[in-house]
Amino acid sequence: MADAAIHGHEHEDNRGFFTRWFMSTNHKDIGILYLITSALVGFIAVAFTVYMRLELMEPGVQYMCLEGARFIASSAECTPNGHLWNVLITGHGILMMFFVVIPALFGGFGNYFMPLQIGAPDMAFPRLNNLSYWLYVAGTSLAVASILSPGGNDQLGSGVGWVLYPPLSTTEAGYSMDLAIFAVHVSGASSILGAINMITTFLNMRAPGMTLFKVPLFSWSIFVTSWLILLALPVLAGAITMLLMDRNFGFTFFDPAGGGDPVLYQHILWFFGHPEVYIIILPGFGIISHVIATFSRKPVFGYLPMVWAIIAIGVLGFVVWAHHMYTVGMSLNQQAYFMLATMVIAVPTGVKVFSWIATMWGGSIEFKTPMLWAFGFLFLFTVGGVTGVVLSQAAVDRYYHDTYYVVAHFHYVMSLGAVFAIFAGIYFYLPKMSGRMYPEWAGKLHFWAMFIGSNLTFFPQHFLGRQGMPRRYIDYPEAYALWNYWSSIGAFLAFASFLFFFAVMFYTLTRGARVTENNPWNEYADTLEWTLPSPPPEHTFEQLPKQEDWDKRHAH
Amino acid sequence: MAHAKNHDYHILNPSIWPLIGAVSAFVMLFGAVLWMKGITPFMFLIGFVAVLYTMFGWWTDVVAESRQGDHTPVVRIGLRYGFVLFIMSEVMFFAAWFWSFFKHAIYPMSEYVGTEYVQPEIYHVDAFHLPLINTLILLLSGCAVTWAHHALVHENNRKDLVWGLGISIILGIAFTALQAYEYSYLLYQGWEFGNDKFFSNFFMATGFHGVHVIIGTIFLFVCWLRAMKGHFTPDKHVGFEAAAWYWHFVDVVWLFLFFAVYIWGVAQMPGAH
Repeated sequence: MADAAIHGHEHEDNRGFFTRWFMSTNHKDIGILYLITSALVGFIAVAFTVYMRLELMEPGVQYMCLEGARFIASSAECTPNGHLWNVLITGHGILMMFFVVIPALFGGFGNYFMPLQIGAPDMAFPRLNNLSYWLYVAGTSLAVASILSPGGNDQLGSGVGWVLYPPLSTTEAGYSMDLAIFAVHVSGASSILGAINMITTFLNMRAPGMTLFKVPLFSWSIFVTSWLILLALPVLAGAITMLLMDRNFGFTFFDPAGGGDPVLYQHILWFFGHPEVYIIILPGFGIISHVIATFSRKPVFGYLPMVWAIIAIGVLGFVVWAHHMYTVGMSLNQQAYFMLATMVIAVPTGVKVFSWIATMWGGSIEFKTPMLWAFGFLFLFTVGGVTGVVLSQAAVDRYYHDTYYVVAHFHYVMSLGAVFAIFAGIYFYLPKMSGRMYPEWAGKLHFWAMFIGSNLTFFPQHFLGRQGMPRRYIDYPEAYALWNYWSSIGAFLAFASFLFFFAVMFYTLTRGARVTENNPWNEYADTLEWTLPSPPPEHTFEQLPKQEDWDKRHAH
Repeated sequence: MAHAKNHDYHILNPSIWPLIGAVSAFVMLFGAVLWMKGITPFMFLIGFVAVLYTMFGWWTDVVAESRQGDHTPVVRIGLRYGFVLFIMSEVMFFAAWFWSFFKHAIYPMSEYVGTEYVQPEIYHVDAFHLPLINTLILLLSGCAVTWAHHALVHENNRKDLVWGLGISIILGIAFTALQAYEYSYLLYQGWEFGNDKFFSNFFMATGFHGVHVIIGTIFLFVCWLRAMKGHFTPDKHVGFEAAAWYWHFVDVVWLFLFFAVYIWGVAQMPGAH
């Protein structure tokens, strides 16, 4: 056992509640705080979409009325309230991007498990780690304040889309937009500080003997993600600072009347925005690798190519940004470059997908809940990846740009890819973090409801996009009614599964069966966190792990 | 701590500073919005003071921990990594300003088909006058820091360390003062704070740099105080090293600003001396 010092001692934890959760310098507690907070913010962001799908269920506007937002359709007069719609799509995007998925995967799992996997007693800068968390909370508060503050159209909130394109964002009235800008600033600062912490921990605190190419894949994914955050998020901070100056101090970075260029904003935003999508998905890749290896009872196939694929995706992520903006009037040469560069990313991504399949090949696969989620991830991420290759073609994108095809594509990789990876991680690591086991049937029910629900939501949106339905509208013509109806049914089912998930978590944490062994899965869950008690004590690896604790050498 | 630790890493006690710092940041930024909308500056000021207070308290703790020997060699390596990474993120922040500057200088909107925008005539500031003097001041300040570092590492000479730091601080203050004078002079000559993409880029980039000079000066001043107290030894002076790196980074950014914006950028604009 790695942590010999722990065994034979009854662990003491004398910290009070406030000290433990509000003044924490403990990477495990901070990871848990991240996970819980992102789940709550996720609930807000999901609730927005359920309301939006309710509105889109039938043609015409029945719920978002200027006379007052409704939850039950009535025959009373209803003037469409486009501003409310716009605020909801903006809020959904900003919350999901900055305040749900990154905090859950990078902040939550990254904090909890990266130091454990590399045998570090804590993060390099434990106090800074807590600042990252509390700045995330401050940013979330600013974002929620933004939704509830006076904004454009004499209503509350900003309806400019999460990308905050000028001139919409520079002309939106009220305080709401400024608060949203500061919310993104603060969340960016939080992520950058987190990234500095993660990189330093990874480089400086690996267990004796753990050379770079012996580090488990999840830790590698966190390391590469940290670099993307470190180099991409400051550029976003610059872009939105320019927005702030344009809005409040008469600057004209993006205002053509003063020689400014709105398209410049799009370039700078997407220079951040494309690395951002890999920031979101890479930690998911890491989790999936461990889950698949464990439940296939085989070491992961092709460890070294897997690491290099993560690195390649990270590097390529910085040089493809303008594929988000084929229609802004770039030269053909520029479009050709960005198209080719984008398609190249399919190669390392393919290496990963095929390595996961090869890991399962010939393994004795056990369909426990985390494996179901990983399986779901593989299928959904591949669908999203394939539509991504379709969209990468500048000529095809002329037709698909800003249609529901794009909406379907990025929800397949993010809502289904990243979120399924989060759920895989939660079920995989819940026994480790809480010391309690979820009921297997409940996890499986959650999976199937979510899998069917989210596919039903997003698969028909491909059809809608091909029919030409544009995104970001509150209403649509009769012709799109059929698939919108089914998409909404799917959203309700997925939402029900999300509520069920909260119930499962509540049950497990209060009444779930105790997990007594360190490793409730099997010997292929062979990274260092599985050598610790469940839940791990306050301080882990006070005696640094020895090489034989983790170096099984079956993969590489 | 329940068990004795058997490693050299730094395990910290719980701390209230992160929570206070984040609350302060929220108050400051919410207050900044209220201030920009002309409601009240007070919420911003309260938050700003609270942020400064947090920084003071937090770093006081860090210095105390350093004095009691928590910063073992491996922890010092980590602190260096951390600071280099922080500077890298700052470089990318400046990348955004330079991106905007070069785009607008190389492809001004006035050359786009169908535009009605005409670049304004501006007063052509002489880069080889005050800006050159400022360049020399900042570079000399960097030299003084290097002298101080050399004195500490190779000779353990505290007198020269204190002198070198003192000179670099005075030169840093001189830079800020001259830059303030330069701003007022340029505004007097008809430059505007905003209203055109050139002025936007100029004041954003040089202003952001100026803030970094002020922060760097304060950082050096803290190191000067610590040098007076004898905190630094030839092999243990991470704080000073970080300040020196930061100062050189600020230097390099200025060189880019000097050559790109003052010499080349101004020449791209219509107008004359």
